[in-house]
Amino acid sequence: MEALLAILVGLMIAAALYLMLSGVLVRFVFGFTLMGNAVNLLIFAAGRLNYSDPPLIDPQQTILTGQAANALPQALILTAIVIGFAMTTFLLILLVRTFDQTRTLDTDQPPFHCELPDVGLVDTKTGLPGKKG
Amino acid sequence: MMKMLLVFPVLVPMGVAIAMVLFRLDKQKANTAALMGALLHGFVSILLMVTILDRQAMALWVGNWPAPAGICLVADYLSAVMVLITSVIHTAVIIYARKDIHSSQVRMGFYPFMQLLTAAVCGAFLTGDLFNLYVWFEVMLMASFGIMVMGHSSGRMTGAVKYVTMNLLSTLFLITAIGLIYGLTGTLNLADLHEKMALVENTALVNSVALLLITAFGIKSALFPLFFWLPASYHILPVPVSAFFAGMLTKVGVYALIRMFTLVFVNDTAMTHTTLMILAVLTMVSGVIAAASQTEIRRILSFHIISQVGYMVLGLALFTPLALAGTLIYLVHHIVVKANLFLVSGLIRNAAGSFDLKDIGSLYKTNGLVSVAFFIPAFSLAGFPPLSGFWAKLLIIYACLESQHYMLGAVAAVVGLMTVFSMTKIWSQAFWKPLPTDGNARVAVRPLSAWMMAPVLGLAIITIVTGLFMEPVYRLAMVAGEQLMNPVQYILAVKGGG
Repeated sequence: MEALLAILVGLMIAAALYLMLSGVLVRFVFGFTLMGNAVNLLIFAAGRLNYSDPPLIDPQQTILTGQAANALPQALILTAIVIGFAMTTFLLILLVRTFDQTRTLDTDQPPFHCELPDVGLVDTKTGLPGKKG
Repeated sequence: MMKMLLVFPVLVPMGVAIAMVLFRLDKQKANTAALMGALLHGFVSILLMVTILDRQAMALWVGNWPAPAGICLVADYLSAVMVLITSVIHTAVIIYARKDIHSSQVRMGFYPFMQLLTAAVCGAFLTGDLFNLYVWFEVMLMASFGIMVMGHSSGRMTGAVKYVTMNLLSTLFLITAIGLIYGLTGTLNLADLHEKMALVENTALVNSVALLLITAFGIKSALFPLFFWLPASYHILPVPVSAFFAGMLTKVGVYALIRMFTLVFVNDTAMTHTTLMILAVLTMVSGVIAAASQTEIRRILSFHIISQVGYMVLGLALFTPLALAGTLIYLVHHIVVKANLFLVSGLIRNAAGSFDLKDIGSLYKTNGLVSVAFFIPAFSLAGFPPLSGFWAKLLIIYACLESQHYMLGAVAAVVGLMTVFSMTKIWSQAFWKPLPTDGNARVAVRPLSAWMMAPVLGLAIITIVTGLFMEPVYRLAMVAGEQLMNPVQYILAVKGGG
């Protein structure tokens, strides 16, 4: 079971990296979400998957008896999901606002690409070495 | 009861942040309330520092869950000093913001975000639990995102996108590492990890987790080659915000590196600390060289943050008590000086109308006070005696020589020399050069306010005083360095409940 999950996590992270590196910011959001889910699965697997009974304490007992699933990774994942949800929402709104100004979300296009101030090394119009510097 | 002190550096700014939401429509009231909040935070930070001087280290189990299952807050010398310096910078920034921040920005929530940011930074310094550290990093990110996108100038959005995407990526790396650490050891408590990590037999996996953490915190602290988001985003922020970011945020990453690589990953230093050393040297060199090609003041300063972070990580990588003491002094010195320089860049903009060295000049003639305000932190940064930067650099270089890394010492000295080049560049261009006739000032020249001068001069006095009275500071730093190298007090505080 762990091996299967490990392969799945690997595939998801590979796909997420591909999306993130594609240079289009919308795909970055998809990649980010996918990677977040992959990491959550990884934490889940890290907590061991030997038992599937819920970790509930019997009313007659004061401590947990018998074998049960590890509750801590689930709590961690829950926190990570909530935070990841907020981050994704923020990212989406940021991209909408950015698109309003730049009219593009392709990071190879001007507003993202030529952000460095002109230090005179290259003439921005001709692309030849400039004379200002 | 003393232990409850650990909660207040987080709780006070958080409470004030909520109160600030009520005041956001009235700038006058908001200014006053924010200042009161900052002073109160300063007060509890001083109390915490005094207590730690007395007790060396203490821990508080939040919610009284037994160790090591619950979340704990821990303070040792390093944490207490960092919390104290945070409150100093926070207060300075709040005073400066009074005249620099528009009422529209106050309406959009500048003050609540600043307070939340302070709470998150202090939370990250005080937590003794790795997952909790991740949560504080996220709170810090959210607050910094909020401040970053206030206002609509077009350059701002592209810079914000770079900042946001890189930092989100870093949190993903961080939580991946946390998941793997939990899988390896079954605990996320830092003091507990110190013991359990030594027992893990799978050293290959331990080392890969260490590298994941270096990547995650390396993005936060702008290490080579992960620093490109920093100079792309810091110069678009309002001046007081950029001062706080420049002073504190990368240093939270450095703090996390120090904590992880003195407390948890100490068993294979040949691998982890050598990696840190290589990265530190490349960071120092690439930052200072990149700064040389810039003409916008805040971009020059941004690249210098990167090169200075290299010094701190170098001290960590050397991993001797002296080097760690040097790192600690460097941290404090750098936070004060760099925040101050960013505040001064706002004064320069107000006095001359632009951040760009090509458009400004002759400030030495027209604004003597601004010249003094720039001169002190700039040459402290460059490492001129007797200012604090000289001692910080001296200790790092001395630690290099002491552990027989002569080449590293030479590189550190050369990088210091190149910092002088950048600072003299700003000095000669902005202050000595006659005002260029073809320069195009972008913002109208504004009168300088005493509210903006006061924090700048206050921080300058701190750098002079720590420089002149280095003896007690050095002794305290050595104690803190020993405490980091041999964290028995930290572990005893956490484990023994004391």
